Amino acid sequence: MLFPAAVPPSTPPRVAITGAGIITALGLGWEPNAEGFRAGRTAFRPVSLFDVGRQRVKVAAEVDLPATLPPTGLSDRDLARLDRASKMLLLAAREAQQQAEWQASDQMPLVLGTTAGGMSEGEVYYRQAVQTPQRHRRQPTRALRYQAQVQGRTVLDALGFSGPICIISNACASGANAIGHAWELIRAGRADRALAGGYDALCKLVFAGFDSLQTLSPTACRPFDARRDGLALGEGAAIVALETLEGARRRGADILGEIIGYGTTLDGHHLTQPHPEGEAALTAMKLACTSAGVAPEEIDYVNAHGTGTPLNDRAEALAIQRWAGSRAASLPVSSTKADIGHLLGAAGAVETVVCLMALRGLWLPPETAFDTPDPACSFPVVRSPQDARLNVALSNSFGFGGVNATLILRRWS
Amino acid sequence: MSRIFVSGIGAVSPAGWGVAALREALESGEPLPTQPFTRPGWERPLRARLVPAPRERPAFLLHPRLRRTSPITHYAAAAALEAVAGFRQRNGVQGPLGLVVCLQSGCVQFSHRFFDEVTSDAATASPLLFPETVFAAPTSHVAALLPATPLVYTLMGDAAGFLQGLALGAQWLEEGQVAACLIVAAEETDWLLADAVWHLEHAAVVSAGAGAVCLSTSPESPLGVELRLITDAFTYTASRNRVQAAQAMRQQLPAGSSMELLCTGQGNSPRADAPEAAAWSDWTGPRLSPKRILGEGLMAAPAWQCVAACDAVARRQYEAAIVSVVGPSQMAIAARFAQNGPAIMPGDHR
Repeated sequence: MLFPAAVPPSTPPRVAITGAGIITALGLGWEPNAEGFRAGRTAFRPVSLFDVGRQRVKVAAEVDLPATLPPTGLSDRDLARLDRASKMLLLAAREAQQQAEWQASDQMPLVLGTTAGGMSEGEVYYRQAVQTPQRHRRQPTRALRYQAQVQGRTVLDALGFSGPICIISNACASGANAIGHAWELIRAGRADRALAGGYDALCKLVFAGFDSLQTLSPTACRPFDARRDGLALGEGAAIVALETLEGARRRGADILGEIIGYGTTLDGHHLTQPHPEGEAALTAMKLACTSAGVAPEEIDYVNAHGTGTPLNDRAEALAIQRWAGSRAASLPVSSTKADIGHLLGAAGAVETVVCLMALRGLWLPPETAFDTPDPACSFPVVRSPQDARLNVALSNSFGFGGVNATLILRRWS
Repeated sequence: MSRIFVSGIGAVSPAGWGVAALREALESGEPLPTQPFTRPGWERPLRARLVPAPRERPAFLLHPRLRRTSPITHYAAAAALEAVAGFRQRNGVQGPLGLVVCLQSGCVQFSHRFFDEVTSDAATASPLLFPETVFAAPTSHVAALLPATPLVYTLMGDAAGFLQGLALGAQWLEEGQVAACLIVAAEETDWLLADAVWHLEHAAVVSAGAGAVCLSTSPESPLGVELRLITDAFTYTASRNRVQAAQAMRQQLPAGSSMELLCTGQGNSPRADAPEAAAWSDWTGPRLSPKRILGEGLMAAPAWQCVAACDAVARRQYEAAIVSVVGPSQMAIAARFAQNGPAIMPGDHR
C-alpha cells in the first residue's frame, strides 16, 4: 500500500551502494570510465547521429554503443526495437544489477530521471506523420516507446524485476533527484532496495534547442574558467543499486560506498537562469549536509554542476563560497562535464558514480582544459590528475525550471 | 501515521474552467461535443474535445513568467490556483508547499512548433520556444505563482502516474517536509498528439486540460474529505499483464456499497477498457467514468477522476469514492477518498 505506508523505522537505515553501472562517451562500464575520469580525458567529436550542418556548434560526446547487446530477459524482437536511450539505460542497469549480484525479484522499485525519454522515437514519429501521413507501420510502437515509462518497463523485463517505476523529469537535476528519491524511500522504510539513476540520449531537438539558446560552447567546455563560453552536450546513463546497509552486510555484498545526504529545493528566479547569488544551490547543499550530518569542513571533494556557461558557474561558485566559508580555499572542486559534456537527465546520476569512483580509487577527477580561474572561484579547481585522501564527496545538479539537488556520498572502508 | 486531508480541488477541462463546470458536465451524463482536428494528409479530420476559452482572461496570465507559455501551463496554473485557494482562505499559507506536476505528453505544442522550425532550418529555430518544450517548464511556472514552494517534482508516466503523484505528496506530508502539497496533472493537445493517440486507440477522442488536488494534514478542510488509501502500484511486466495488474489493484480495495462511488478510467474503447472492466465486474455500487464525457485527457484524466470523486464526497452525495486507474502502458493503481471520520489503521479498509 502506498498510503497509508508502513510505520517508518525509528532510526532511518544507512543506505549502501552495492552496484553501479555507467555508460558515457568515455566508455561502457566502470573500468573505462574510471580510467577516463581519473585522467581527465575528453570525449568530444563531430556529431554523427543527426545532421548538424546548420547548427552553430557541431560537436558532442557521443557514446559508442556495442553492435549487439548482452543477453537479458528480452527477446531478439524486443532488442531490435530498442532506441538509443533504452540501450544505454539497459546497459547501465545491467552492470549495476550484476555488480550488486541481485537476483530476479518482484519487489524492485525503479526510480529514473530523464529529460527526453524516447525523444528520438518522437522525432521519427513526427517525420513519418508529416512526410507520409497515411503510413501506419511502426507508428504505434513509436508512440509507445517515446514514453519514458515504457523504457523503464524494458529494464525491469530485461533484468527479471518487477516493481513500481517512478520517472522524475526535473530537467538536468533529474538523475540526482531520482537517486535522492530512492534514498528517501529506503530511509523511510518504504523499500529495502531500489535501482535508481538517470539516462538521456542525444537527439536533434535537444541539440538544436541548446544551440538556439547559444549556450553551446563554440570552443571547448571549460567549467569555472574565466574564458568559458558555454556547455557541451553528451549522452549516457548511470544506475546505482541501493539497499540498506544492514541488508547488504547480511548478504555479504561488496559495498561500494554510502549515500549519506540529499537535499533538493527550487530556484524560482527564472526558467533557464539561476539566481545570480546561487541562493537555491546554497540551500540544496545545506539541506544535504544537514541530512548527512556533516559540515562543509568534512567534505573532501565537490563534483560541481559546472556546466561551463557564464551564469551557472558564477552562481554556483558564489554558492560554494557561501556554503563552505573558510573551507572553500582548500576544497577541491571540478566539473566532469568538461570530459563528457552535459548529460541532462543522466548528469546527476553519472556524476554520483564519478564521485563513487573517486572515493573508491582515492583520486580527484581533473578538468584538463581548465586554464584561468574565474574571479568568483574561491576554491581550487582540480586541473591535473592527482591522488587524494577522500572520505566524503558532494555532487551538485541544477536544472532548467529551477530544481536544484545535492547528493553526499561517503567512502566505504 | 498521519491523516491526510483534501484541502482543495481544481480543474480545467473541455467542460470549462473550474470544478463547477466539470461537475455540471458530469452530472449531465452527456458526452461533450467534439471539434474537428485537421490532420495534414488526411481528408477526414480527427475528433477532439478542446478546452473552451475562459470567460475572462485569468489574472495570473499577467505574471511575467507566463508571457510566452503554452496552454498546458495555463491549464495547470488555473487548476492549481483553484485547488490551493480554499486552503489559503481557511488556513493561510503556513509553512512550505510541495508541488508535484504529473505529465504524460507534456508540452507538445511548443515541442511540435520548435521541431517544425528545426527541420525547416535549424539555424533559425527560435530560442524562445525551446525552454517551453522542457517537461519541467509548466511546473516551474506554476511554482512561480505560488508562495514558498521549495519541494517540486515533475513526474512522467502513464495516466496512473497521477495517483503515484498523490502518494508522493502524502509521503512528503507524512515526513513533515511540507505543510501542504499540490498535485497537478495537465495536458495540451494538437493534431500530432491526436494522431499518436489515434494510432494507439482508434476510438479515443483526445482532450486536454488539468486537474489539481491539494493535500494537507489539516483537518480544517473546507471539503471535509480525507485520503484514506492508495493501493500499491502494479506495474505491467513480463510476469504480470494489464489484466492481472488490474485484478491485484482491485484486491486491495473494499467491496462496493450504495454509498460508495466508483470512479473509473474507462472510456469508449472496449479493448482498452477490458482489464479495468473485468477487475470491477463485482462492483455493486454507483459508477462514474468521466472519460466518456470529457474524452481521453491522458494524465489529466485521472486528475479529473479524483476531482470528481472528491467533489461528490464533499457534497455528501457519497460517503466515499474510489478512483481506479488502469493505465495504458505502465501500471494499475487506485485511491480511496472518504468523508472525514475516525482515523483508520492500515488493514482496516476492508
